[in-house]
Amino acid sequence: MTGFLQRLGATTLGVTERIGRAHLFLLHVLAGFPGLLPRFGLVMKQIYASGVLSLLIIAVSGLFVGMVLALQGYNTLVDFGATESLGVVVSLSLVRELGPVVAALLFAGRAGSALTAEIGLMKATEQLSAMEMMAVNPLHRVVAPRLLGGIIAMPLLAAIFSAVGILGGHFVAVGLLGVDEGAFWSQMQAKVDLYEDIANGVIKSMVFGLVVTWIAVFEGYDAVPTSEGVSRATTRTVVHASLAVLGLDFVLTALMFGDE
Amino acid sequence: MRIRGLRYARGEQVIFDGIDMDIPRGRLTAIMGPSGTGKTTLLRLIGGQLRPDAGSVEVAGQNVARLRSKALYRLRQRMGMLFQNGALLTDLSVFENVAFPLREHTRLPERMIRDLVLMKLHAVGLRGARDLMPAQLSGGMARRVALARAIALDPEMVLFDEPFTGQDPISLGVLVSLLRRLTDALGLTSVLVSHDVQESLSIADYVYVISEGQVVERGTPASLRQSTSPWVQQFLQGQSDGPVPFHYPAPDYRADLLAEGS
Repeated sequence: MTGFLQRLGATTLGVTERIGRAHLFLLHVLAGFPGLLPRFGLVMKQIYASGVLSLLIIAVSGLFVGMVLALQGYNTLVDFGATESLGVVVSLSLVRELGPVVAALLFAGRAGSALTAEIGLMKATEQLSAMEMMAVNPLHRVVAPRLLGGIIAMPLLAAIFSAVGILGGHFVAVGLLGVDEGAFWSQMQAKVDLYEDIANGVIKSMVFGLVVTWIAVFEGYDAVPTSEGVSRATTRTVVHASLAVLGLDFVLTALMFGDE
Repeated sequence: MRIRGLRYARGEQVIFDGIDMDIPRGRLTAIMGPSGTGKTTLLRLIGGQLRPDAGSVEVAGQNVARLRSKALYRLRQRMGMLFQNGALLTDLSVFENVAFPLREHTRLPERMIRDLVLMKLHAVGLRGARDLMPAQLSGGMARRVALARAIALDPEMVLFDEPFTGQDPISLGVLVSLLRRLTDALGLTSVLVSHDVQESLSIADYVYVISEGQVVERGTPASLRQSTSPWVQQFLQGQSDGPVPFHYPAPDYRADLLAEGS
């Protein structure tokens, strides 16, 4: 029993200490943001690496998610003779929830794991140490552009996910199931609100972008500098980032739409 | 550089136990010792990447461990370091690696950066390799590029971590004389950490030999060769038999082999 309590205490202390370290790390990285303005090329490179290179998986997933949503929504709505609302169902589901959440999960798997492995290997091969000795702060030169790149890329990816998803939904609804095209678009236009739905979706995806990239860069920076250490850190990034996205999604949804 | 009463432990293992050293300006000082004696750790303590448990490391009159990060970064701009495996930035070409410190710390026009980088690369014989990526270089070439990068900002001090390991005989000869010439021509304060005895002794002005956390011998290469210490003689001549055991502490060989597998 004492052993169990000791282990529990040690684990709790370890986790708390790590969370504290991650927050201090974030503060140091954020302090490097102003310095990025005159050399935005560094950030653009990262937006390309984590954003543009994730486009294919995001677009293909968005397409299929939109198509499935239309199919499932049609089956339910057809019983009530409300298939004209299919456009609203598909677009609201995507813009409010599935766009930000699924895109963030894919982002964690595709870009997050790559970031952790890259920074972890830079640490293992002493590149970060070499930068420190060249009087260049790796938190500002390596980590800050990657974090800012993630925060910018994530909402763009989520928007593309939702847009492609709506097109997929449109293809199934109008092209395959015969829903009226005018109703599909006009109902969507009438019911989807710029601030209530789209802006909230964008805020969500920015928060997810910050959290996923933060976890990814921290895990890489904090990794044990060996092959095994980097591999464990990469796994932790995907697991922790995915759980954080799902947990935060509930909190953000409750804050944004809880009073309706 | 002045090191006084330096003590550093990693967990239970004591790496340095009260080391005193003086590294004079404009000279090439070699720090030698068997593998695992913490030579690289000593360079990290000098560079302020590690903090000593006790004692002090003074570089250019400043106690490195007491410096705040801004002052430490300013001090490091006057320092170059050559890492054991080169530690080149793998996403940048050879040219960009050498240009990296110049781009980070100066506002020089592109034309001048190009000239400076080519001069440094020429000094290490790799001007023609400027467009290669680090992954395309051999270990020895990577270390030479790293050397060019370490001297890119014309530092006052350079720390060399095992520069001779893995070099072919020709590059080795060139590198050995290059280190000496750089030290003399630029008035560098060079700290060379190595276990390559002959190469180090041939160019060093002063030598410290460390083992088990202590400085076991110090002096000029000539006086070191005359040393009566059996330990130093064993190290200099690379004999397997002597006061330094080749084997990591282990139980009796015969008993170990005959023991039941657990």
